Amino acid sequence: MIQIATVSNDPIHKQPDAAPAGAAKITAQGVNVYYGDKQALKDISIDVPAHQVTALIGPSGCGKSTFLRCINRMNDVIDGCCMEGEIRLDGEDIYARGIDVVHLRARVGMVFQKPNPFPKSIYDNVAYGPKIHGLAASRAEMDEIVLHSLEKAGLIDEVRDRLDAPGTGLSGGQQQRLCIARAIAVEPEVILMDEPCSALDPIATARIEELIDELKQNYTIVMVTHSMQQAARVSQKTAFFHMGELVEQGTTEDIFTRPADDRTKAYITGRIG
Amino acid sequence: MEHEHIVTSFDEELKAIDTTLAEMGGMAEAQLAKAIQALVRRDADLAREVIAEDKRIDQLEAELDHDAIRLIALRQPMAEDLRMVITALKTSANLERIGDYAKNVAKRTITLAEMPTVGSTTHTIERMAVLAQGLVSSVLDAYVRRDVAAADEVRRRDEEVDHLHTSLFRELLTHMMEDPHNITACTHLLFIAKNVERIGDHATNIAEYVHFMVSGEILEDERPKGDKTSQTIVDAPQEKG
Repeated sequence: MIQIATVSNDPIHKQPDAAPAGAAKITAQGVNVYYGDKQALKDISIDVPAHQVTALIGPSGCGKSTFLRCINRMNDVIDGCCMEGEIRLDGEDIYARGIDVVHLRARVGMVFQKPNPFPKSIYDNVAYGPKIHGLAASRAEMDEIVLHSLEKAGLIDEVRDRLDAPGTGLSGGQQQRLCIARAIAVEPEVILMDEPCSALDPIATARIEELIDELKQNYTIVMVTHSMQQAARVSQKTAFFHMGELVEQGTTEDIFTRPADDRTKAYITGRIG
Repeated sequence: MEHEHIVTSFDEELKAIDTTLAEMGGMAEAQLAKAIQALVRRDADLAREVIAEDKRIDQLEAELDHDAIRLIALRQPMAEDLRMVITALKTSANLERIGDYAKNVAKRTITLAEMPTVGSTTHTIERMAVLAQGLVSSVLDAYVRRDVAAADEVRRRDEEVDHLHTSLFRELLTHMMEDPHNITACTHLLFIAKNVERIGDHATNIAEYVHFMVSGEILEDERPKGDKTSQTIVDAPQEKG
């Protein structure tokens, strides 16, 4: 049993991302994605503001998840997937030659629809990333990273006395927060979330949404969601995708009270487009 | 929007709100017309009818509020649907007030029917009321047709009602100075004129909500105002001699 009473206020982690809130953290320009012959994304250009939650909405197959996966080059591993255009993180082209994809994915973490903890202990789930990236010089440092991450993910109070229990034994909502702790442990700058609450009940969903709201202080968050109410509740910016196109983007308030494009209006109000 | 909702019952619920609002609007307009007719004809029976019928407008408002709150809770409307429900709620509150003003005109009409007439003031009030009624009718049309231009026009036209109110105010004060026996009747007429002027303001409120409902923009510029009664001084008539 691992026992550490307190979490230091002076984490050994690097400082939180210093980009000013609202400035473009990620810039996509003219992004096209093809799966073989099929074009999945058509000329997508969007700025993702730092320290905000950007929601990507749209019907199934509209390309929103494909776009999300472009941001940490998860599409690289899909056979026949080909991308054109440019995505910059803090001005740096993430598709440039010489970019270390493993390092990129440490900067741009991801949380998936279905909680997917490793079949390991709660501690090891969180320690895995820092270990791979060599972020802790000692066991004490690793303990601190793990506890700090669990604390930031709002899970520490529920697991403090059973860190060596399997992560898969937690409830769905706890597992999802464990996955968020795991993503946070490598101190990313951006967290991508692909329908993070679709498998959770409303209480667990509310806890994740509260967490997302806190996390945006330190991270830039891009979230795909099928729940428009969720997009409305947690995001500051919303982008509507439809048939591979980015139809409309704007402040969440504008998108949900006065969308400009007829396709956005139809989708948001549940009409036949 | 011409497109229908995927969920048909959502469309039906929105339509039910629109129907209730249309009924309320029609009633408010008719109540004003009837109240003024009673005033002009000095018809206390007709005035009593107006008073009795006001209850129906109140009932319709309660019905609409209930349906709108239910729809917000159960459907979580977005974008134009949200704007429509909010506009309906606000509009119904304004129509209910218009009904109250008509009722107040009717109450005072019953009292005035017992008194001698004062000059041609009732006819000036009638002209004002015709204008106000026109605003109410136009703004309800604008609501039904989702017509921003027509709504904006109502907002501009309210100034005419205000101008008439100001001149009527002077006229009534002059009558009061001429003969103190006129004071009771003139005071009732002043309140009636104020009621009609307020009805014009409520039509303007509704016009602003219609603008918001259709365009999504909240009007922030100052609305045109022509009511100068708060700054009006009428000098006593010169002593004859």
